[in-house]
Amino acid sequence: MFEFILKISLIGISISILGLIYRVIKGPSVPDRVVALDAIGINLISMVAIVSILLNTHAFFEVILLIGILSFIGTVAFSKYLQKGVILERERDL
Amino acid sequence: MAGSLIVIGVFLSLIATFGVIRLPDVYTRNHAASKSATLGVMSVLLGTFLYFFLTEGHFNSRLILGIGFVFLTSPVAGHLLSRAAYYSGVKLWDKSVQDDLKEQKKKFSKR
Repeated sequence: MFEFILKISLIGISISILGLIYRVIKGPSVPDRVVALDAIGINLISMVAIVSILLNTHAFFEVILLIGILSFIGTVAFSKYLQKGVILERERDL
Repeated sequence: MAGSLIVIGVFLSLIATFGVIRLPDVYTRNHAASKSATLGVMSVLLGTFLYFFLTEGHFNSRLILGIGFVFLTSPVAGHLLSRAAYYSGVKLWDKSVQDDLKEQKKKFSKR
């Protein structure tokens, strides 16, 4: 019964990622696509959590932290690029 | 217990996705994605933590750390994206009635 619930949840998260991929492809502006990619990263976290319950292991919890950190850094870099045109600014010239 | 938390989290993620598909402009989509996806993922992680804690007695601090990290960073990422979208000139929805930031920008650029 519990496994059935977990599989239904995995199917739900897959449907959610598919909808977000629709927004990545169609989205009229660039920030739309970045919003959708950020949400895909967040959904991948919960997918990894559910799969680690299904496999009954605690080997994959580092992956959860790692996906969270990488998704945050990617979103921050993208929004800095969109706002200023550069990601890492140069030192002021003397 | 853990199963109900996981089902609630997946339901919130689905609601976030339908918001991202159906809402009209970037800011409302960002609102839907950053709020309900964050709460959904926190709920799923809490369910996973409870499952391993109740069945095996295995207290995993990495999941707690993951919950705290998602709770801290996801709204910040949403804020930065919304700000970048505004300053790179993405239009608001046609039917939105108020844009206070535009007047402020005009006032401060004249000085």
